[in-house]
Amino acid sequence: MDPALNIVIVDENPVRAAILADGLREAGYTRVTRIEETTSLLARIYSLDPDVIVIDLENPSRDVLAQMFQVSRVVKRPIAMFVDQSDAAAIEAAVDAGVSAYIVDGLKKERIKGILDLCISRFNAFARLTNELERAQNALSERKVIDRAKGILMKVKNVGEAEAYALLRKTAMNENKKIAEVAQSVVTAAELLK
Amino acid sequence: MSDDSLRIGFIPLVDAAALLIAVDKGFAAEQGLTVDLVREVSWSNVRDKLNIGLLDAAHLLAPIAVSSTLGIGHVKVPLLSSFVLGLNGNAITVSPALYGALAAAADGDLSNPNSTALALARVVAQRRKSGAAPLTFAMTFPFSMHNYQIRFWMAAGGVDPDEDVRLVVLPPPFMVDSLSSRQVDGFCVGAPWNSIAVELGIGRILHFGCDVMARAPEKVLAVRTAWAANCGDVLKRLTVALVRAVAFINEPSNIDEVSTLLAAPSRVGVAEEIIRRTLEGRMRMAPDGTSRVNPDYIIIGRDGAARPERVYAAWLYAQMVRWNQAPFSADLLAAAEASFSPDLYDLALSEPTSRAHAASSVVSSVVPADHIGAFAGPLFDPRDVAGYIHALKRPAHGC
Repeated sequence: MDPALNIVIVDENPVRAAILADGLREAGYTRVTRIEETTSLLARIYSLDPDVIVIDLENPSRDVLAQMFQVSRVVKRPIAMFVDQSDAAAIEAAVDAGVSAYIVDGLKKERIKGILDLCISRFNAFARLTNELERAQNALSERKVIDRAKGILMKVKNVGEAEAYALLRKTAMNENKKIAEVAQSVVTAAELLK
Repeated sequence: MSDDSLRIGFIPLVDAAALLIAVDKGFAAEQGLTVDLVREVSWSNVRDKLNIGLLDAAHLLAPIAVSSTLGIGHVKVPLLSSFVLGLNGNAITVSPALYGALAAAADGDLSNPNSTALALARVVAQRRKSGAAPLTFAMTFPFSMHNYQIRFWMAAGGVDPDEDVRLVVLPPPFMVDSLSSRQVDGFCVGAPWNSIAVELGIGRILHFGCDVMARAPEKVLAVRTAWAANCGDVLKRLTVALVRAVAFINEPSNIDEVSTLLAAPSRVGVAEEIIRRTLEGRMRMAPDGTSRVNPDYIIIGRDGAARPERVYAAWLYAQMVRWNQAPFSADLLAAAEASFSPDLYDLALSEPTSRAHAASSVVSSVVPADHIGAFAGPLFDPRDVAGYIHALKRPAHGC
């Protein structure tokens, strides 16, 4: 661990960036900056002069960073991606998690291994959270659509709530579908027939 | 024929057409291939995912296929290109202010890249004299045709793209904003971004890419060389599907269907009309409505354009040497040339299905003697790359 390392996070997702920055600070890294803006990204990076840059893979600005590998007058310090011929496993884990890291050329790999591991685990944790949230939201909207379908059936077929639900469930089983799917077709059909 | 699954990456651009149509029209399925198309947001992503095997094949900037093979600028992963997905398709767009300055400084016609390059040199010299900030230009990636085209054009007028102007990488979706906020004065990018700048009234197309180079190798279908060695038959069938797709795309009566398929949100995701105009090379050049038609604006496999000629790879490597991205060596040149495989293309073309469709493409333009056809400089000779580069380094004239 090397608390003096200057780390820049480029991530358009504020929540994920915050989770990552917190993690890095907890681990003892004190110099962590997040860049939000995508315009003049390179100028911002040069003014911060980081040792390590972390960027999410959904960010088109990754290609801007490719310019830092170039030998030209605009480059102050050569930067390399945290990967070499022997590092296939590390980059695979990073790409899987949706993150990529760049380091100042010449910086010893051991000094930033911990940072990369932390990025990977935080990115994975964020992805898990997002998935759970999505599932919860889906469940909520499924429940809403089932409620609407039940209401339609109760009115049209003049049955009680339990019976309407049983009808949806039976149809779903017969057609090998989810109850929410059958409910959605009931709702769609009712709207068409309005 | 066995059934094989492939994951293929692409960037949402019109020159992914052959790949997208091969899948969406079922030509890949006809070859027993189930293709999972993966839409990506950056060339860095496409390259890395192809390198580590998350993708089997990719729509890739032709220069990256060469640089990855040589290990220049990044990890060395040898790639093989069996199909050129597109020639040309870029344009150089400038702000109305820079267009005005070029018009005032030019001796000749502004449609002539020689005149505009010399005019640019004069504008650059004037700005330097008056203490104004250097002009800023954007392109899409260090290893891209956009980079080499805009550099070639500037250098032909005596402008040093590394010293006299700022040349920066910008993701295409940010180009138009940067032009309107005056952070850049011009850019070289593919469709539809030039047209969008014109439509918004903030840019003027100065040159088509094909004004700078008649036939520039823009995008290829690339696979890992190691993968090709194991999956040669799959690659051949994929190439057959691509041959079939370019024949379909180049049949004029299919243009509506092709434009509709490509316009889908999961594909290129822009308006059908923009795609149709791009494919036809029918472009609005300026906010005042001036337009221009050039069928060579983008070439998707027409006139044998999909054949991955080795001279393309050699030429791309020569550009890397010219702009100090790579050292020159005979070994690197040979490795670059070997990464383009006309043999694989010819093998796919010799399949009965391909032959019927290959014959239907109409030859409507002449292939230049050196296959590239640059507007200035010496003819490219892959056997004398050093001489070619030396000839380009002659001191500039003009200003």
